[in-house]
Amino acid sequence: MGLALLAIIWLITFFSTYFFVAKTWWPHGASTAAAFIDSQFTLTAVLMGIVFVAAQGALGLFVWQYRDRSDAKKVEYSHGNTKLEVLWTVLTAILFVGLNLMGSNVWAHERFAPAEAGSIPVEVTSMQFAWYFRYTGPDGKFGATSPKLMDPAAGSEAAVGLDTSDPAAKDDVVTGTMYLPVNRQVDLRLRAVDVIHSFFVPGMRFKQDAVPGLEIHMHFTPTEIGDYEIACAELCGLGHYKMHGMLKVVSPEDFDKWLAAREAEKQ
Amino acid sequence: MVAQDAHDPHGNDPHGHPIHAHAAPTSFIRKYIFSLDHKVIGLQYYFLALTAVFVGMFLSLLMRIHMVWPGAVLPIVGEIKPETYLSLLTMHGTIMVFFVLTTAPQGGFGNYFLPLQIGAPDMAFPVLNMLSFWTTFVAFVVILAAFFVTGGAPLHGWTGYAPLSALPSAGPGEQLGADLWITSIAIFCVASLMGALNFITTVLDLRAKGMTMMRMPLTVWSWFITAILGLLAFGVLLSAGILLLLDRNLGTSFYVPLVVVNGQIMGHKGGSPLLWQHLFWFFGHPEVYIAILPGMGVASQLISTFSRKPIFGYKAMVYALMGIGFLGFMVWGHHMFMSGMSPYSAFAFSIMTMAIGVPSAIKTFNWLGTIRGGRVRFQTPMLYAIGFVSLFVSGGLSGPFLAQPVLDIPLHDTAFVVGHFHLIMGVAAIFGMFAGTYYWFPKMFGRMMNETWGRVHFFITLAGTYAIFMPMHYLGMAAQPRRYSQFTELVYLQHLLPLNRLMTYAAIVTIAAQFIFVINLFWSMFKGPKASDNPWEATTLEWTTATPPPHDNFGGKTPVVYHGPYEYSVPGAPKDYVMQTDPSTVTTH
Repeated sequence: MGLALLAIIWLITFFSTYFFVAKTWWPHGASTAAAFIDSQFTLTAVLMGIVFVAAQGALGLFVWQYRDRSDAKKVEYSHGNTKLEVLWTVLTAILFVGLNLMGSNVWAHERFAPAEAGSIPVEVTSMQFAWYFRYTGPDGKFGATSPKLMDPAAGSEAAVGLDTSDPAAKDDVVTGTMYLPVNRQVDLRLRAVDVIHSFFVPGMRFKQDAVPGLEIHMHFTPTEIGDYEIACAELCGLGHYKMHGMLKVVSPEDFDKWLAAREAEKQ
Repeated sequence: MVAQDAHDPHGNDPHGHPIHAHAAPTSFIRKYIFSLDHKVIGLQYYFLALTAVFVGMFLSLLMRIHMVWPGAVLPIVGEIKPETYLSLLTMHGTIMVFFVLTTAPQGGFGNYFLPLQIGAPDMAFPVLNMLSFWTTFVAFVVILAAFFVTGGAPLHGWTGYAPLSALPSAGPGEQLGADLWITSIAIFCVASLMGALNFITTVLDLRAKGMTMMRMPLTVWSWFITAILGLLAFGVLLSAGILLLLDRNLGTSFYVPLVVVNGQIMGHKGGSPLLWQHLFWFFGHPEVYIAILPGMGVASQLISTFSRKPIFGYKAMVYALMGIGFLGFMVWGHHMFMSGMSPYSAFAFSIMTMAIGVPSAIKTFNWLGTIRGGRVRFQTPMLYAIGFVSLFVSGGLSGPFLAQPVLDIPLHDTAFVVGHFHLIMGVAAIFGMFAGTYYWFPKMFGRMMNETWGRVHFFITLAGTYAIFMPMHYLGMAAQPRRYSQFTELVYLQHLLPLNRLMTYAAIVTIAAQFIFVINLFWSMFKGPKASDNPWEATTLEWTTATPPPHDNFGGKTPVVYHGPYEYSVPGAPKDYVMQTDPSTVTTH
């Protein structure tokens, strides 16, 4: 029985660890944050992996080694060892808190500072079960919106409740697909009109809840041209699983062309 | 620690008869239904949880089938729609967390064995105890009713985030079903508060002569700390639930700002969705420890008993329990790193969360230290205790990933989180219950469970649960969001379907194996070999009395305690264990 336990615990440990590292599970990361986040993940995985293998290995080994058998050694009558206990506690505290402090730099970089100058403002409006993206247009200002004007069935401008009587709203562009120029920070303004949604772009290593009643400002910088799927990561109702969108990261020229074409459509 | 003077157990009249002990009831109803006996109430809780766990498990089976074969038409159930999937998920989580993980370890085993282990004739407040169980029962009936009302069960998840949970028009199941869901939880909170008061009072006031706090079995310590957590946490959830009911039915706006659902402006304004999250997780995080601490207690008790060795670092184990309980109230914000809460507070919550890893690591270290140098007997209860340690390590070590806000950016609300909490709060806690069942069954029913089938059940369940929940970490790394009924809509998720299918197969096998347990349980109750009073050669007080224990627990005697709870292999002692009540042998504790 001791051997069977050792075998199953060690096999579980082996397979768990093997599949953790055998495949790159991450979607390709294509933002400035991705490298930082992925390396902090790897560091955490290596350290926790060592503890995991050591603890499970010792558990399997001990139950086999100290199994009850006729020629077993006398049981050691001991109530513990304070020195070992203190050593273990201190080591764990250093490991866990140290790991935390190393990761907090990246967090501060991503979340404490406001968007940098020259970033492109985009408003993300979420509702059951769609994403809308609003660009300021040439005036650089978002026009007013009103809950009274919201009509999800009509889509785009009507869905976000754009108040067309506001001069600043005249040149606002609202789309169902998000376009961003590569290597330029986006200054997100996240809104939710009904329930909580969460703007999750795995390829950008970006996630933030959109909360009714709050306007949340966040930023990220895409670094590679390509298509990136947007998922909703906060349970928002029966269509949660299909509340998806697309982020298209394009060259600055293509972006300008795209935006100009949308402006032209409005006229 | 200098042993403090054993205090006279309160409630003894001058003739040594416990005053509050009630006479043994004679009618069927007072004996088995509205019983005041903590042992009967413990069994009532246990069987309520057993019923609930099968309901919860069945729901999870339907979920896993729907996820990987969305169009499947099942017998009786029919086809599962995406919104039905969300109802299954909500009810699975709620039933498992409240009616299994909170009910069996504390209400079941705690009720039955806490008085026995401290040498008390019953709980401090037997009537309150009975009320607490029957209130829990009512809560269970109310939550099940949500399946059968118009619109069905709610779809807002067990966390019930507002405004989704506060707006009847936000989805199917958010009408009467959601009201029943909140009402059930509120009733459950009241029951848990009654139970918590009773446990705390019993531990403080009804210990036998010589049973100092530092001689209490670690199971008693874990039930005691759990009760304190329950007392502080359930009141908050109760209040939060009442506010949610007001928002839903009386037009208040605690949690709901001005929102527009499907083009309709709702009549709320100025509320805060984050308020619900703060209140919910202020309860919700301690709740995780309410579920797992009793399992830790059982693991400690069994590992010492079956290794025939005193527990390594008894005091450290007690302080670690206190540390986990204390820190457990300061970390609720780690559920909210992506919620829109201030990023500065995330920093503080993160440090506190990492700090919880320290007492948790102490416990693991001490379990290993207890086994090392022992003489391990592999009876089924011990297999489950060893499984508990393995699962606790596996589930615990994904914690430091999620405790870092920066790693929550990719991992929050993905399958990684689901894998993490299922291993540690779900499966580890359930292994604690299995361990407790196989260990205490002889005392509860006077018969032994079948060892062979116990082992078969153990190996399938251990391998099976790892096969279900370990891959969830990989899925989470691959950014599979949780609470998705299907993976067909997002292109990047489609390659994960084969792995998801594999997990569903593992779930089917593991769930099937649980019938081995149930059959073993009921068969052994009537047909198992007769158990002796102390079949495991254990030291704590429940093993000094008859099997099953008489109505007043110790047959008119009051035990007197001379030793700590884990005196195994004491040099010079006639046997390899010294009962806590044994006056003849001198030990160091």
